[in-house]
Amino acid sequence: MKNLLKQYSLFIVFVVLIMVLVEYLVRSKIVPAFIIPAPTSVANHIVEQWRPLIFEHLKATMSEFSIGFIIAVTAGVGLAVSMYFSKTIEKMLYPAVLISQMIPIIALSPIFVLWFGYSIWSKVAVTVLMSFFPIVVATYDGLKSCDKDYIELLRSMGANKRQIFMKLNIPMALPSFFSGLKIAIVYSLVGATIGEWLGASEGLGYYSRRMSGDLNASGVFASIVILTVVGIILFALASLLEKRTLRWKNRL
Amino acid sequence: MTLLLKNVTYTFPKKEYPVIDKLYLTVQQGEFVSLIGKSGTGKSTILKLITGLLTADEGEISLYKKPVTLGDVGYMPQKDLLFPWRTILDNIMIGAEIQKEIKLSKEDARSWLKKVGLKDYEQAYPNQLSGGMRQRVAFLRTLLTEKDVLLLDEPFGALDSITKKEMQAWLLSIWQELDKTIIFITHDLEEACYLSDRIILLKDDRTIEETTVPLPRPRYQEMLHSQILLELRKELEKKI
Repeated sequence: MKNLLKQYSLFIVFVVLIMVLVEYLVRSKIVPAFIIPAPTSVANHIVEQWRPLIFEHLKATMSEFSIGFIIAVTAGVGLAVSMYFSKTIEKMLYPAVLISQMIPIIALSPIFVLWFGYSIWSKVAVTVLMSFFPIVVATYDGLKSCDKDYIELLRSMGANKRQIFMKLNIPMALPSFFSGLKIAIVYSLVGATIGEWLGASEGLGYYSRRMSGDLNASGVFASIVILTVVGIILFALASLLEKRTLRWKNRL
Repeated sequence: MTLLLKNVTYTFPKKEYPVIDKLYLTVQQGEFVSLIGKSGTGKSTILKLITGLLTADEGEISLYKKPVTLGDVGYMPQKDLLFPWRTILDNIMIGAEIQKEIKLSKEDARSWLKKVGLKDYEQAYPNQLSGGMRQRVAFLRTLLTEKDVLLLDEPFGALDSITKKEMQAWLLSIWQELDKTIIFITHDLEEACYLSDRIILLKDDRTIEETTVPLPRPRYQEMLHSQILLELRKELEKKI
């Protein structure tokens, strides 16, 4: 904890300075409050509305996020492994995975609404589409990067394909997989939020849009603040899991 | 004899001429044989053929009169290739994890680490070890596959000369104790003379020339300066 404070002390000073500056600009009416709200009024908004914000909207966003993220990781790892084992699958699907990233997701979303209606699944679909790609690419690259000398060493001991995969390919792919996972976990949250803009009746993305319609900048920023904090926590969790799993990397 | 290579020929894919041409080589039980020769004469290729990683185009390779297959001999490649995510103890246990017939307990593995002076490192990771230590771990991993024949591809090539001397003495002591058959690749002629019973020189024209080392066993470091070794080395230097 002490280390964290030390490492981020300059950043914290920077954030506090910005907030003080914004507060001053708004209070002295240099900038109107509906453009940028004063940090204190955002804080006020969160305190006043915390029950619906947390128990209704955050809960909805988190359900979309969790389902989407789990599907993306499962399917992404599954596809990466099958591409690793089958050249045919790789040749057939890798370009499709790449192209899926070139499609502007906002443009696809009306289709998702058409397919899944306003149910949770239209948001899940956007979430999956956002986070699937980093998982597939990172896992696949990690599996492929395996040094052939290591494979020869295990083969010389009489190892079969399954043993080589379990004892060599998987641990070798883990660092790359975790890089993908950290990106995907943040993208998933973004995906869930975008999904809600397109049509929803709850969730932090929906909330911020409704507040924007009411010209309530504090409300918009309140949901942004919550989303950001959640994003940081999720990223930190993924990093922690990475550190725990790749303990050998930290010891030097 | 333990190991027999009879008329072995091997050509790399897409190459015109064979790198190994009608090689005939026998190795006796408990013998220490060194392979020397310029780069590209096929030293590493011979080891890979014996392990079964490569398959000869012609000829036969047999161990105790049976054709060799993967997993029959212990192979230590040039690079130490320790698994960075495994502790030292788990690194040397890998052979036993792969071949179920190897009965190596954690206790045995620990006592081996103690024997090679790595007692305090069993829970360490490879990136915490020095080059000499890593090499010892890699050798232990090969040794603990419990094979009679060990193929060592330039195990001490990357070490400084002092560490190298230590490792040579250490290797000799283990070899004497365990009655292993060792085939050893090196670029260092002094090392070849000091360690081996027999030196196989691989020549550019794909023939080989065998030399028996007339030094008695056990060998001591003082022998490095003996007249016999110096002359043998000079002679080899001329031929290589």
